[in-house]
Amino acid sequence: MTAADVTSGPNLNAMSSRESAGGFNHRSRARALRNHLARVVMWAAFAIAMVPLVWILWSVISKGGAMLLDSHWWTNSQRGITNRVVGGGAVHAIEGTIIEALATAVMAVPIGVMTAIYLVEYGRGRLAKTVSFTVDILTGIPSIVAALFIYAIWVTTFGFQRVGFAVTLALVLLMIPVVVRSTEEMLKLVPNELREASYALGVPKWKTIARIVVPTAFSGIITGVLLGLARVMGETAPLLILGPYTKTIATDLFGGLMPTLPTMINQDRTEVLQPAVDRVWGAAATLILMILLLNIAGRLVSRLGAPKT
Amino acid sequence: MTSITGVSSVDELPGPEGHGPLQGDRASTGQLGDRLFSGTARGASLLVIAIVTLVGVFLLSQAIPALAKNKVNFLTSSQWNVDGTPLQFGIANLLWVTVISSLIAMVVAVPLGVAVALFITQYAPRWLSRPAASLVDLLAAVPSIVYGLWGLQVMGTHMDGIQSFLVKVLGWIPLFKDAGIGAASTILTVGVVLSIMVLPIVTALSREVFAQTPTTNKEAALALGATRWEMIRTAVLPFGKPGVISASMLGLGRALGETVAVTVILSALAGSAPWSWSVFNGGETFASKIANNAAEFDSPQKAGAFMAAGLVLFGLTFLVNAVARVVIERRKAFTE
Repeated sequence: MTAADVTSGPNLNAMSSRESAGGFNHRSRARALRNHLARVVMWAAFAIAMVPLVWILWSVISKGGAMLLDSHWWTNSQRGITNRVVGGGAVHAIEGTIIEALATAVMAVPIGVMTAIYLVEYGRGRLAKTVSFTVDILTGIPSIVAALFIYAIWVTTFGFQRVGFAVTLALVLLMIPVVVRSTEEMLKLVPNELREASYALGVPKWKTIARIVVPTAFSGIITGVLLGLARVMGETAPLLILGPYTKTIATDLFGGLMPTLPTMINQDRTEVLQPAVDRVWGAAATLILMILLLNIAGRLVSRLGAPKT
Repeated sequence: MTSITGVSSVDELPGPEGHGPLQGDRASTGQLGDRLFSGTARGASLLVIAIVTLVGVFLLSQAIPALAKNKVNFLTSSQWNVDGTPLQFGIANLLWVTVISSLIAMVVAVPLGVAVALFITQYAPRWLSRPAASLVDLLAAVPSIVYGLWGLQVMGTHMDGIQSFLVKVLGWIPLFKDAGIGAASTILTVGVVLSIMVLPIVTALSREVFAQTPTTNKEAALALGATRWEMIRTAVLPFGKPGVISASMLGLGRALGETVAVTVILSALAGSAPWSWSVFNGGETFASKIANNAAEFDSPQKAGAFMAAGLVLFGLTFLVNAVARVVIERRKAFTE
């Protein structure tokens, strides 16, 4: 928000209140009516947009929320539990989801941050344009295409098995553009005066970036990483193609089957037996909860770490 | 601000000062540290370029052998026999279902998204506008498999009434002919769920451009006696139009490529099912076709057929995103 916005805000409000009080006498009834109608439509649009959000959250909480209150949910796996039996937990899938997300971040964050640094601090000319363009393409790549690509390399070309690591490779493709774009935005917000002050003191460029620019933008970068993590945690398409589900705890990224929350939902989504249905919605509630927490954390970091102006 | 949709227009607009950091590498000293650091940054960028190139190359290299053996027209056939020896696969059906479900999504999401963005930037009281924006953003945080589950098992059960009403009133149009599929798993239901999924994308980008409407333009309209709505029509909407177009395109790209929600909701038809234009039919999109058959990529030939479908999807989303980019580039040239 620019300074102009802030100072003119109350001004505009004053105008609109005068307007609604009927300050302009020459205004025809039809125009007033249309104005009023537009206001009603905008409020209604917002209300309509809230319907699916509330409805989805309500469905998930009412159908799966109870599962989360059982302590076994957080400590047990589904090992040996059949669809007819109540019980078992989701810890195997929660662990799998977290491990894959972390492994993805370990690969995607350095690449993404360094690419953003290149774009903002170094890149000029044709190469920078090409990089920016390819990041846009990456942003637009459907997750299923990313998964197919990794399949083409990992399974078809190299002949490896489908394992958790292949999933993380596909997720890296999806996370990189999120990290690049958010980091880029944050680096651009760092005032140029800081860089120039540093150069004036004779600090080399790389040290300026590493010690001045990145730390200034740090909270914003973290926010971007957390939001990127939230995105890849909810991805399911690469898991369908590259990450078969299992009911037991598996923490080895290269060891074959690796359960995750999305595949846990996918596994039993067509079940009609109540214990299985409950677990499906329980897994959905758990996944949403984890993603929500990441989002909230991201927002908190960006609010607390924002430079005071 | 960073939005969880991963989409932002901030970087597309000229900065307040209009100049970036020191141009080129004039600030670097040529020391080892500088060379290492800039080399790493450059390397990461080149890696990104390499990845995107590889995606295209690998998909092409796997798809071409299968395409060469294909006995029917890839674009106009709707057969899909990849098991037998006369390899026959065409994408006509997939293309139709993908495009029509995404179009339904856009018809719902674009007007609604623009209205919500106007609400957030122009109508909402100050205390409400930030929370409202975050709430709409939350829609982007719901995983697609949850959308699928909810769309099929919760929202889908309420689609019967809408479907029978549309069939009764508009049934004479091929698009709204009854196709004998349960209302929960039709193309229409998929379209509605997709519209909810792209709504936060359309809203997030639109509201950023609307918020950047020059205050002078708005005040000028108001000073001339415009009502608030007239001010929006004459100042905010024309200014935001390119932004709205590219927001819609990015949303469309997302809708075209959405996999899991579609796979869960849409009922796949038997290969022998007759062609239908109806939105009450089932079917498969590019993405759901690939996901449904993920377990069967056992022979290179079979996999190649699916890679070819994936390649078309890649091309489609690439095209749509490129249009979005061109529109926003033009606007940049216009504002500078």
